[in-house]
Amino acid sequence: MRAISLLISAVTLASPGCQPEPAPSPPPAPPEAASDQGLAAFETVYSVLQHPRCLNCHPAGDRPLQHDDSRPHGMNVLRGPDDAGHPALKCSACHQQANQGLAHLPPGNPAGWRLAPREMAFEGRSPRALALQLKDPAQSHMTLEASIAHVRDDALVGWGWDPGPGRAAVPVPRAELVAAFQTWVEAGAPVPADEEEAR
Amino acid sequence: MKLDVNGKVHQLEDVDPATPLLWVLRDLVGLTGTKFGCGVAQCGACTVHVGGRAMRSCALPVAQVRSQEVTTIEGLSPDGSHPLQKTWVELGVAQCGYCQVGQIMSAAALLSAVPEPSDDDIDAAMAGNICRCGTYPRIREAIKLAAKDGAK
Repeated sequence: MRAISLLISAVTLASPGCQPEPAPSPPPAPPEAASDQGLAAFETVYSVLQHPRCLNCHPAGDRPLQHDDSRPHGMNVLRGPDDAGHPALKCSACHQQANQGLAHLPPGNPAGWRLAPREMAFEGRSPRALALQLKDPAQSHMTLEASIAHVRDDALVGWGWDPGPGRAAVPVPRAELVAAFQTWVEAGAPVPADEEEAR
Repeated sequence: MKLDVNGKVHQLEDVDPATPLLWVLRDLVGLTGTKFGCGVAQCGACTVHVGGRAMRSCALPVAQVRSQEVTTIEGLSPDGSHPLQKTWVELGVAQCGYCQVGQIMSAAALLSAVPEPSDDDIDAAMAGNICRCGTYPRIREAIKLAAKDGAK
């Protein structure tokens, strides 16, 4: 099917004025269409997961990131054995249960403050690498359905849309992200080609 | 509002629940050992223990403390006999001294969690406590010495 589709595309591209004969009845949507829709939806998902509000707590390595430029967290703050800080300098030493009213104060959340597991780093991940990672429960620690629930329901994820003064909120509405994630998953969670492969 | 500080329960009236714990300790309870440094949890001078964990009291709304026990430098030991207080004196750690209360409280939390800390543990636990006088080498030595004393 893909070969036929590519052939039609090639003919169409080669002869822009030549329209193919209309089919007698509209064929069912080919898998490629669903896949393309899924890939387009994943672009939205990827853009959000690379936003500093998501990226900063999904770092590569043991240092959280901070601020809108995702610089390493000050004070040598580390992941610690439970992803919630070194035993003697927990995230909760500074991050309380709510945002504070002024910029430069540590933000907070009722669900607590912690990093994502090291295997679930977003930092430095290409779209392809991140898609593969999301699909691998060994890395994501959850099924794709659970991932949808995570972006839809998790209170700390929700903080990304209410980050307090002095921080950029995630620009894509949460419902739009959830819908895009759902679309991607329902399309079979297609994995984007790497840029090198796409060329 | 009730607040358990150093083993004594204080009954506090008309406290805005959003008041940082630091100001309740200093202005209402009257314990001025805990210092105000930056007010935005960046310097560590205001460190106290809440429920046994080091917390920045300048950025901690008092309502969030609830029934947890608060320990300040005044409650670390009844007579200055905590191993860290002794090694701090022995090595003459303090210079101007302003940050040292916070330093000792962070160090005490470190030794509670990690009785024999490595240099990396000390860096991880203490990097949030800034010393303008640069007494860091002596702080590190005093922590190591106290750890040895505690292990005896």
